[in-house]
Amino acid sequence: MAEFIPVANTRSASGVPTGKLALYWLLCSEIVIFGGVLASYLMHRLAHPEFGLQAAHTNVYAGTINTFVLLTSSLMAVLAHSAAEHGDGKKAAKYLWFTIAGALMFLCIKAAEWTSEIQHGYTITSSPFWSFYYTAAGIHASHVIAGALVMLWVIQSAKKNKYLYRVENVGLYWHFVDIVWIFLFPLLYIAK
Amino acid sequence: MSASHAAHHDDHDGHAGHGAAHGPARYIKIWAVLCVLLVISVLGPELEIQVVTLLTAFGIAGVKAYLVMKEFMHLDVEKPIIWYILATGVVFIGMFFAAVSVDVMNHDGARWSNDAAKRAVVAGLAAGDPANHHGAAEHHEAEGAAEAAPAQH
Amino acid sequence: MNAPAHGHDHVHDDGGHHHHHEMTFVEKYIFPTDHKYIGKQYLLTGMLMAVFGGFFAYAFRMQLAWPGSDIPLFGHMSPAEYNAAVTNHGTIMIFWVAMPVLIAAFGNFLIPLMVGADDMVFPRLNRLSYQIFLVSAIVIVASLFVPGGGFGGAWTAYPPLSGDSAYNLTPLGSSLWLVAVALEFVAFLVGGINFIVTAMNARAPGMKWTDVPMVVWMICIASILFMASVGPLMAGAVMLLFDQTLHTGFFDPRQGGDPILWQHLFWFFGHPEVYVVLLPATGMVAEVVAVHSRKKLFGYKTILFTAVGTGVLSFFVWAHHQFIAGIDPRMANIFTITTVLISIPIAEMMFLYIATLYGGSIRFTTPMLWALGFIFAFLIGGVTGIPLGASGADIYLHDSYFVIAHFHFTFFPIAFIGTFTGLTHWFPKMFGRMMNETLGKIHFWGTIIAVHCLFLPMFVLGLAGHHRRIYDYTNFPELSTPFLTNIGIFATVSLLVLLAFQFVFVFNFFYSMFKGPVAEANPWKAGSLEWQCPSPPPHGNFGEHLPTVYRGPYEYSVPGRDKDYWPQSEPA
Repeated sequence: MAEFIPVANTRSASGVPTGKLALYWLLCSEIVIFGGVLASYLMHRLAHPEFGLQAAHTNVYAGTINTFVLLTSSLMAVLAHSAAEHGDGKKAAKYLWFTIAGALMFLCIKAAEWTSEIQHGYTITSSPFWSFYYTAAGIHASHVIAGALVMLWVIQSAKKNKYLYRVENVGLYWHFVDIVWIFLFPLLYIAK
Repeated sequence: MSASHAAHHDDHDGHAGHGAAHGPARYIKIWAVLCVLLVISVLGPELEIQVVTLLTAFGIAGVKAYLVMKEFMHLDVEKPIIWYILATGVVFIGMFFAAVSVDVMNHDGARWSNDAAKRAVVAGLAAGDPANHHGAAEHHEAEGAAEAAPAQH
Repeated sequence: MNAPAHGHDHVHDDGGHHHHHEMTFVEKYIFPTDHKYIGKQYLLTGMLMAVFGGFFAYAFRMQLAWPGSDIPLFGHMSPAEYNAAVTNHGTIMIFWVAMPVLIAAFGNFLIPLMVGADDMVFPRLNRLSYQIFLVSAIVIVASLFVPGGGFGGAWTAYPPLSGDSAYNLTPLGSSLWLVAVALEFVAFLVGGINFIVTAMNARAPGMKWTDVPMVVWMICIASILFMASVGPLMAGAVMLLFDQTLHTGFFDPRQGGDPILWQHLFWFFGHPEVYVVLLPATGMVAEVVAVHSRKKLFGYKTILFTAVGTGVLSFFVWAHHQFIAGIDPRMANIFTITTVLISIPIAEMMFLYIATLYGGSIRFTTPMLWALGFIFAFLIGGVTGIPLGASGADIYLHDSYFVIAHFHFTFFPIAFIGTFTGLTHWFPKMFGRMMNETLGKIHFWGTIIAVHCLFLPMFVLGLAGHHRRIYDYTNFPELSTPFLTNIGIFATVSLLVLLAFQFVFVFNFFYSMFKGPVAEANPWKAGSLEWQCPSPPPHGNFGEHLPTVYRGPYEYSVPGRDKDYWPQSEPA
């Protein structure tokens, strides 16, 4: 079936393009989802001094490298947006591929990190801290996967120079995923 | 729609006029700053001073998030409605935390006490402190730990 | 536009062509992208789920009235089945009946028509939201038939009962229940974004924010409330699912978790949820009251502000569900005040509807009767909420039948009276035929009398001390006196009458859909945009020329005009 776009989609009574407006509402709903799990974690973290001792066993190096990887992939996403703004869909697609590579690298490091932690006996049932650790990072990782899949889809049209505004929107989502990690990193790794 | 969209585009151009442009060079510069901040936030806690840890860990996280929002997401040139949308989520979560933390974080009240949470703290501290691990003094605590220890299914 | 790649320029080429697209049966009815068909899918799915919910109500009311007897169509009811029946009655009626019908069905059908657009802004996302919803409905129904039976831990799913199958004895049922609820949330998040963005961006040229019909506002405010409140519970659902399946200890005190945290996560969503379904219902009542009393809606902006005020306040009241759960007593004081405060905006809204009636030329059509019935029944629900909101009184009344009676006097008007208001009003637009008024009035009076006979006795039962989760009262001699037993039986008989009258509606609904008299475009002589296109609207709604808006939606009985209504799209 051909791409079906109703007239409703082309209107912009609020002055914000439709796709971007929807994306920010999506981010609002994501803020409360991550907010729910982070607020629950923070309450426990502040009232349970033993969380700090357990947090000392997390792998700060892996966390730091992953932060770096996500920051870099965020840079690639914004470079893709910049290319799309200048009408260069091919270049935008190339940068989105780099972003996806960043996502994959993030997931690989995460997998290696979790494997080593589980082998050391720190599993999701070890203690409330580890439960929160795996749950919060896991929910975040599922968003990394979702973002990468959507980017694959956006690349398909962007490389034909079509629907280039999608490059910006998926980039905005990616920056949000990045920001969530920016807060997860100190909460789970650094604060002891 | 075209008119409003053109206006939106002008926002970008207008911003580019007085800023150092939202070009690739600027983005890479911001990325470098973010990386430096990341290094500081990791090194800060190594000093093991609580205030420095909190400042470097969470203060810098705030700065990084601000930079990403401003420079990468261009939230500074977006319409106010975008801010209202995002603020809705943040405000309600703040409220959730404010009201719920009173309950979850207090382990003692006027006529109640959260024994389960207290046991978990004692057990967790006993299990997590290597110096105390083989001591005989914490034997009674270890009992508490056994009681509140994760049930291994 | 100097940057050709930036923005939506290309869509101008694509727009307009789709009107000529010929659709196959599958494209039109099975996988539609047309908002009207998706709305009807939601409506019919919701009605089907209402059969499940109603059947459960029938089964456990029969058990309560005649404990241990063989229930026709059900058989003997065990305590576990009783728990599963009350749990799934509550869950299904709220998440799979009230929400899909009030928000999704009417939202999908009405929003694009009322704002003068040809479809939702994201038609395929809209279809996806229904498909996720359908999967969630299948999962919740499937959860009733797995080994161990359906989940029986009440619709609030408090841990540790819900978190550990050693307690609830439904290892599969409780996890499937949770998965179904979470999927349903995802469906409504996707759908809600679509509703909000459509109303924000796809309005017809000339439509200012005060020209938007009230029901569109209400559905959008409800979607925003849902979006802002459901997040913590989504996170909580993942945590509870891990508690159930991986045996983590988020909510398990044995492992250092906090069961009260779940209650907060749940009710932070659960209380705004009441207003999520209430606001669309009041929006429909507003439309019907204005159209059928031929009068401009009284205090448009005030109604809007009371709706926003109610919505915001609804986030500050949730802990009144937890007064006896061991929350901090200082918080109980605060939440008592906010709970009593919220009655102000919502009462004001009802007064404004009554003020709309004043001096109007009222037509007692079926939708109007339902709208008036809503205001009446909801009044009882609202007033009985005040003793429950006051923490002192709540300690006695908590979890008693008084609570059951109270929230059924809010939810029944919302989910059923509100739905019947909207359905009888917009039926001609949905299906292009008129419903039978006589049958409609029989259905109205039968339902409204039976529902009061059903729930008013429960206030008495609650004050006498009947607890909501007791399976068989014959074990409590002081609670099964002849008087209390008899009013329990009276309530059950009223339920049977209530259910019997729904067959009148179902017959009327399906008969009128195919055999009713053909409806004209604007049978109620209403001014809002959806009545200015054919009944039922074709694909694309308004044909080649989408309307332009010149005035508000409620210009009735304007002096100096020969017609007593003034369509929004008619040039001055």
